[in-house]
Amino acid sequence: MIDSSLKQLSADLAARKISSVELTRAYLDRIESNNAAINAFITIDPDASLRQAQAADKRIARGDAQPLTGIPVAHKDIWCAKGWRTTCGSRMLENFRSPYDAHVIERFNAAGAVILGKTNMDEFAMGSSNENSWFGPVKNPWDTEYVPGGSSGGSAAAVAAALAPAATGTDTGGSIRQPAALCGVSGLKPTYGVVSRYGMIAFASSLDQGGPLARSSEDLALLLDTMAGFDARDSTSLERPPEAYTRRLDEPLAGLRIGLPKEYFGEGISADVRKSVEDAIDEYRKLGATTVDIRLPASDLSVPAYYVIAPAEASSNLARYDGVRYGYRAESYDNLLDMYCKTRAQGFGSEVKRRILVGTYVLSHGYYDAYYLQAQRIRRLIARDFAQAFEQCDVIVSPTSPSTAFRIGERTADPVKMYLSDIFTIAANLAGLPGMSIPCGLDAAGLPVGLQIIGNYFTETRMLNVANVYQKQTDWHLRRSPIASNSS
Amino acid sequence: MSWEIVIGLETHAQLSTRSKIFSGAATAFGAPPNTQACAVDIALPGVLPVLNVEAVDKAIRFGIAVGATINRRSIFARKNYFYPDLPKGYQISQYEIPVVSGGGVAFRVGNTEKTVRLVRAHLEEDAGKSLHEDFHGMSGIDLNRAGTPLLEIVSEPDMRSAEEAVAYARTLHALVRWIEICDGNMQEGSFRCDANVSVRPEGSDQLGTRREIKNLNSFRFLQHAIDYEANWQIEQLEEGKCIEQATVLFDPDKAQTRLMRTKEEAHDYRYFPDPDLLPLEIDEDWIERIRAQMPELPAARQSRYQSDLALSQHDAASLVAGREVADYFDAVLSAVGADDTKATAKLIVNWISGELAAALNRAELELSESPVTAAALAGLISRIMDNTLSSKLAKEVFDGLWKGEGSADEIIEKRGLTQISDSNAIEKLVEEVLAANPQQATDYRGGKQKAFNALVGQVMKASKGKANPAQVNEILRRKLDSC
Amino acid sequence: MSLTLHDVQRVAMLARIEVTDTESEQILEQLHGIFKLIEQMQSVDTAAIEPMAHAQDAVGRLRLDTVTETDQHELFQSVAPAAEQELYLVPRVIE
Repeated sequence: MIDSSLKQLSADLAARKISSVELTRAYLDRIESNNAAINAFITIDPDASLRQAQAADKRIARGDAQPLTGIPVAHKDIWCAKGWRTTCGSRMLENFRSPYDAHVIERFNAAGAVILGKTNMDEFAMGSSNENSWFGPVKNPWDTEYVPGGSSGGSAAAVAAALAPAATGTDTGGSIRQPAALCGVSGLKPTYGVVSRYGMIAFASSLDQGGPLARSSEDLALLLDTMAGFDARDSTSLERPPEAYTRRLDEPLAGLRIGLPKEYFGEGISADVRKSVEDAIDEYRKLGATTVDIRLPASDLSVPAYYVIAPAEASSNLARYDGVRYGYRAESYDNLLDMYCKTRAQGFGSEVKRRILVGTYVLSHGYYDAYYLQAQRIRRLIARDFAQAFEQCDVIVSPTSPSTAFRIGERTADPVKMYLSDIFTIAANLAGLPGMSIPCGLDAAGLPVGLQIIGNYFTETRMLNVANVYQKQTDWHLRRSPIASNSS
Repeated sequence: MSWEIVIGLETHAQLSTRSKIFSGAATAFGAPPNTQACAVDIALPGVLPVLNVEAVDKAIRFGIAVGATINRRSIFARKNYFYPDLPKGYQISQYEIPVVSGGGVAFRVGNTEKTVRLVRAHLEEDAGKSLHEDFHGMSGIDLNRAGTPLLEIVSEPDMRSAEEAVAYARTLHALVRWIEICDGNMQEGSFRCDANVSVRPEGSDQLGTRREIKNLNSFRFLQHAIDYEANWQIEQLEEGKCIEQATVLFDPDKAQTRLMRTKEEAHDYRYFPDPDLLPLEIDEDWIERIRAQMPELPAARQSRYQSDLALSQHDAASLVAGREVADYFDAVLSAVGADDTKATAKLIVNWISGELAAALNRAELELSESPVTAAALAGLISRIMDNTLSSKLAKEVFDGLWKGEGSADEIIEKRGLTQISDSNAIEKLVEEVLAANPQQATDYRGGKQKAFNALVGQVMKASKGKANPAQVNEILRRKLDSC
Repeated sequence: MSLTLHDVQRVAMLARIEVTDTESEQILEQLHGIFKLIEQMQSVDTAAIEPMAHAQDAVGRLRLDTVTETDQHELFQSVAPAAEQELYLVPRVIE
């Protein structure tokens, strides 16, 4: 059961070989036994999950099941789910019980999926290692001395440890793809505007995008079918004809043009990562694809531009956490100003505060043009680079991260070093392009390597096809972390 | 030295939409606290704004009405500051590119025609309210008003006295109500002004340092606040002190302004484009659709009244001071359907600004609540025009209309108020009066005009006010002069 | 560009985050590193480039003016730090 794909689980549920209650209970048991080792979940509510599972079983019995009916899905604790504690990894929201559902949660609920629990994350999605959570760091199921990546580290680790068959995440600068790579799972960040942001707690609104994490690209396609869709409550949600992301999974890749950006294969990539990625590219050539060398000249500016735009938006998005209407309020204070300052000093962790300060500074009087506007201009340069590249190729392939997982604590002292973990993933967010990461190897220490695939706008179906055909030929995505191999 | 006062106004007009500018919560005034503050209004984590089309429609109406440019593409920005009545920690407003740019508002002060140029008008959301009643030393926050759509109308510093500022504000107030974008209710805060006031030596072309008076919600306060502030500034300068740029509040009880914050303490709002809201695009079709729905504007209506109906500037201006009055007037005029529209129009104006205004005033009613409908008043006017009623009788009929006794004709019938225009009947009355008052007849012939008036009064009295006064005059004079 | 302790304190006040003097110094050091990274942007001449505020080149969608929300203040205030008589309570607001 633990090794079954979503498609298989769906078929087994439909055939009544297993019930949703059995499936949900099995995963809850696995969480019970193994979560302490990796800290992937912040909240589980077995009663609530099993109630949904029972309802799903009834629905299956009635014969109106959908593909995800009865399937337990773990949700990054950034999605508001009615009645569920929704913390965003922060002390600020430690006791916040959401009074409403995010659009994505509504869609999963409508599909009959079961909320398995809320997964750990870097506070307000700010981080690349999951060490910035108020609820403690998440550990990499392949080696618990190592980080799982972030910010959707809990979701990636949960799937990698087989504590959940699938999970949701969000990606502002690589927060789905980088932890997927470091945990050896598959993850997809769709085109900006494909998945509604309503009810997804905002970090940087013009970059944030929700997406799925799972073992295979086939599973991702199934999940995206449910997650994606127009939502009138999100002004940036795009009105497009519904897409069946599973429809082209098995198309042959002959004629596929893969762009290889010179800038993404330079120095600074670990030898093991380079080897695994090059092997994957060779595999694609065998599958009939051709490769094209492309240039993304502005890529070295993506990290600097990102660290202006994302903090600027965050500094404003996080102003609502003031201790007035919900969330943490300092115990003692002298007056209103003091209440604000103490509430926010105590409620936010150090990385969040750092980014709020950077964002406040770059927007402040006299600095706006030099920082914020300049970053937005560079953002356009980066988007143009991609537009030109996609005249020559269908997808762009690169390492997801320059290295495999690093040790817990290794980069916490130096924020800039941490920021550079996302050097290959950030550009897709700035341009609004879809990107995914799939496992393509293991390094010498046995830690997973991720292959990034960036597509043109709205080409998720094609990207999933590109990933799936590779996964049909290889078994990297089927390799299991030691914890996943623990029987319950 | 003599000083010139320079004033610019920033006016917040609450747009009369059903729902809020970025959420589906109701905007009705006076609901229990926080019952009209939805998830978006209280800024729960994860919620997002979606722009209300009606707020944009109303902004376009305003832009057309003041002859401004409607920007084809405008941008919503975040204005960041912390305040407990501002749930997101930022206000969604427009900064670099507003929906409306330019335009102007013309009005008269005394006998002078004046035009105040507008800088811009932009859409933004209102904040909630802090209630300072004591809750164990705490303030209470009501977010019902948070997210109510506002149009902020910014003028150039074109006004030179409190009177001009008030005249501008009154004209703007009438205009936003005329084009039905704002209910103009100042008690409820639907229309409020901030005044930027500075002074400079007469003849100078440099602007002095300004202080901004916040939140003036009556024309009287506007007048008093500017008067006080300008005098204060002049005193300071005459004492050799400098004016420091500042924001001040007006205290109506003391009729004084007091310092709220100085420039050093001014906020750094960190405006930037709201990433949750894409650019607002307004195409030509949209503007033309709104233009086609526009009512005739006050200035056009006034000049039509003056040229077509030969009304005086004063009368025409009084009619267009409010859309209700002008529409009421038009309804009466068209219901009378008289041949001599000019004479009728003047008569209607007199009745509206005379008896009707007085009665409404006594009863503390708005024109929209008047018991005398336009059709009812038209019935009365018709009977005056055809000489059925003297002005005295007409007042009695009006009294009946006010009390709801029926139409003018029904009241005339019921109260027996038809004017006597039968010459024979009037002659008979005149003869009786002359016979009873020989001394006054003698006095008149002796050259005392007063005696004539007394005799007319006697005849009218004898007729119980029903005799046609013109005929009484004529017959009486003929009788007196002929013997 | 060189950030000062005063900048850190000014920005912390704007952001309503209390920082101790020791924290300010640590933050200053970290911000130096971050701004060194950010400053790389200044090497590019972007005068002719239109700033890009959104990830997509689309225009705003509008909603009809209808009331869709109902009163949920009890539910919303169940998670409030301090609420009484339907109001959120905060330390006295002085204008």
